[in-house]
Amino acid sequence: MKEPQTLFDRLWATHEVARQEAGASLLWVDRHYIHEGSFHAFSQMKARGRRVAEPDLTFGFADHYVPTRGNRANGIADPEIANMVRTLESNAAENRITLFGLRDPRQGIVHVVGPEQGLTLPGLLIVCGDSHTSTHGAFGAYAFGIGASEVAHVLMTQTLWQNKPKRMRVSVEGAVTPGVAAKDIALAIIADVGADGAQGHAIEFAGSAVRALSMEGRMTLCNMSIEAGGRCGLIAPDSTTFAYLKGRPYAPKGPDFEAAIEAWSSLRSDPDAAFDLDVTLDAAAVAPIVTWGTSPDDGLPIDARVPDPAREVDERRKKYIEDALAYMGITSGTRLTDIAIDRVFIGSCTNARIEDLRAAAAVLAGRASKVPGLVSPGSMQVKRKAEEEGLDRIFREAGLEWADSGCSMCVGINGDTVPAGERCASTTNRNFRGRQGRGARTHLMSPAMVAAAAISGHLADVRPLLAGRKV
Amino acid sequence: MEKFTSLTATACPLPQPNLNTDQILPARFLKWPRSRGLGTALFADLRCDPAGNERADFPLNQPARHGAKILVAGRNFGGGSSREAAVYAIFDHGFRCVIAPSFGDIFAQNASKNGLLTAAVSEADAAELADAVTADPGRNVTIDLETTTIRCGNRTYRFTIDPVGRNQLLNGWDDVDLTESFGARISAYRDADRLRRPWANPAKP
Repeated sequence: MKEPQTLFDRLWATHEVARQEAGASLLWVDRHYIHEGSFHAFSQMKARGRRVAEPDLTFGFADHYVPTRGNRANGIADPEIANMVRTLESNAAENRITLFGLRDPRQGIVHVVGPEQGLTLPGLLIVCGDSHTSTHGAFGAYAFGIGASEVAHVLMTQTLWQNKPKRMRVSVEGAVTPGVAAKDIALAIIADVGADGAQGHAIEFAGSAVRALSMEGRMTLCNMSIEAGGRCGLIAPDSTTFAYLKGRPYAPKGPDFEAAIEAWSSLRSDPDAAFDLDVTLDAAAVAPIVTWGTSPDDGLPIDARVPDPAREVDERRKKYIEDALAYMGITSGTRLTDIAIDRVFIGSCTNARIEDLRAAAAVLAGRASKVPGLVSPGSMQVKRKAEEEGLDRIFREAGLEWADSGCSMCVGINGDTVPAGERCASTTNRNFRGRQGRGARTHLMSPAMVAAAAISGHLADVRPLLAGRKV
Repeated sequence: MEKFTSLTATACPLPQPNLNTDQILPARFLKWPRSRGLGTALFADLRCDPAGNERADFPLNQPARHGAKILVAGRNFGGGSSREAAVYAIFDHGFRCVIAPSFGDIFAQNASKNGLLTAAVSEADAAELADAVTADPGRNVTIDLETTTIRCGNRTYRFTIDPVGRNQLLNGWDDVDLTESFGARISAYRDADRLRRPWANPAKP
């Protein structure tokens, strides 16, 4: 009898070109996404006098360094940043790689545009020199972040040596309560397993609460896999996946699409397949969550208080809490809802899709933000869609800045940063020290919770603010 | 790539857990070409205060730690962003080995491809090693990749590293050379796969 397989086992087996005695397998790469940061890899490739093996499977995205404010048609003022974007353009052109560049109407964050364009499909192996590549696992793809040397290897060979990760399943069962989003589920999981709880593992997200998520929600969940240390996150494709993909520019069309659905429908774990690690979570017990510290596993329900290091018995944990609170400028034991904020950011590959903007706008409509803030849609297509729906007006009337698309204030390398010492309620993925700018203090939360913080001027529970509103 | 077989050198303790790649190399240095050398930017915001003055209490700044080639770190070292430049910064600063209870997966892979050994030990062993080199900054530590052992004083510790990374480091191998020897199999896979999974190719938009 054939041994039961997980979804991940199936994806792995499909892509295996060769296997070494030492245990690593050579895997075929179906899609290679590159961005401005890929310059190291192109340098390595050029140093060997080589060219890109499969330019038709390689796609470039200008996102990490692109400006989001001001008129892009006027070019990029900062010469170093301009050089980063120009280098990507010339590397793409020299190697006949399709580029979603700065002036392309499809431009946006790689993890938003790849799916939006139908480049990301179930069953594919997708890599990119970015740890949030796990996002694409939402479609039932094996998608993971790689470093520059691996990017160079994929450019030259369209393959990659990998050790097979262990298998982990996170089952979220039941239904979430109103005001609780995919981001809250993600933060709850990370708080539960820890920032390295999934290290060395491929995570499959399963359970009724996961199946109930839209593709946008599934992408948020898989995006945050890396914040639990996971090698990748994935969700078995279903009718929600297929409905999202239908008609996307690079997705199969007509009878090819029907044939593809048939193939994709077998991409699931056998009911009796074994996992190395199994975690379950009750969706109904998940509350809106915010982080208080400098690690993504520092999530707590919004009605909680920040931890008190004096109550901690583990010396190292005590030290961590003291250091984190000192960096964050918070007194131990403070109620989360008493923490005043200086600004908000709605954006990033985690939470800048149309559904995220709608969720924030539903809270902000007819209300004013007490703090300044920036809204950077995940792609220029998301931006136009939001404008068709009038969401831009809601953000602007609330007092927030409506910007163009890019990684923006999530990583701060395009010039959009949080000033030192300022506190930002953010829809992003990392509350690391200095992530949003040197000395910046980041609290992670869902788009609706960021909107709640904006109109309150402090971290706040979005649930009472939703009363009587259509969401 | 530089080979790694064994190393005897002094070590620098940095035992706080979760030192992610944003801490190892803040994002503003990612624009730097490798040729510029990234060693001066290593742990930039932990080493220096906002005015740019070195923090005396940060181990790397202490004169006794100059010349250290081994970093004794905490759990989950190098998690987070996939930036390989974090490895370049550690290497360019002069380190050739990081000892820690666990590493971010992507970081560990990047390290093996750049001549930096990631030696995983138990939490207890990491703490003991950190204590030993904290107490005696001049203490030499010997790492042997053939036998996967660490010697410090009269104590010997075992470490683990994935076998592929170990081979790479021992031989100074470059993956690309190895992969090219599989060229025929890659072509055969590609041709068969186009028939098996026609939907896997991007459609014409």
